[in-house]
Amino acid sequence: MNMFAVAMLGIVVTMLIALVRAVKGPTVFDRILAANTFGTKTILLIAVAGFLTGRPDWLDLALVYALVNFGSTIAVLKFVRFGDLAHGDEDEGARSVPPAGGGAD
Amino acid sequence: MELALDVASWFCLTVGAALCVIGAIGTLRLPDLYTRTHAASITDTLGAGLVLLGCLLQAGTPLVAVKLVMIYAFMLYTGPAAGHALVKAAYARGVLAAGIPEEAQEGERPSESDLPEEP
Repeated sequence: MNMFAVAMLGIVVTMLIALVRAVKGPTVFDRILAANTFGTKTILLIAVAGFLTGRPDWLDLALVYALVNFGSTIAVLKFVRFGDLAHGDEDEGARSVPPAGGGAD
Repeated sequence: MELALDVASWFCLTVGAALCVIGAIGTLRLPDLYTRTHAASITDTLGAGLVLLGCLLQAGTPLVAVKLVMIYAFMLYTGPAAGHALVKAAYARGVLAAGIPEEAQEGERPSESDLPEEP
């Protein structure tokens, strides 16, 4: 058995387990964590698949996936935390907002 | 020489894939978000690093090797950043850690009214 096929098998199993966690939840952050894991493993899968088929040019695709995965994770987190993607820096750190007086937003 | 490279690739790829699976089992079985993040970070750094190192040993041309190193370098920068943002957002949202009494975790955490509604 080809060594790249073994590695791909392990990565696919990892992705399936991450999908189980994404479905089970229970909070939205568990789902984001699972989606992030899934995206990271996609990068590895593409890279290893390129070597398996003897076409390492696929590494370009893996690089693009790495960029997209990071951007999407940060964007979804910002949306979940602030409910708004255009949130300004002055409201950063909602934890430091004084509880009384309705200071947030 | 060829054989030694193949053996090293076998080792790196199988150990890396095994670490990925172990980390995924951790994200499935650990009790709360914070410990799950810890398990997931193993697959992001050591698992991915070993798999990419195994590929690197089989890289034919320097260009392929440079691309693999770039992918790993990028993952090393973005993985901890995404994990930090995730845990910070979860903590601000009031996600509780398992095994610690709820009263002990309130501290300086903001009350729900300080944050916008969860979509």
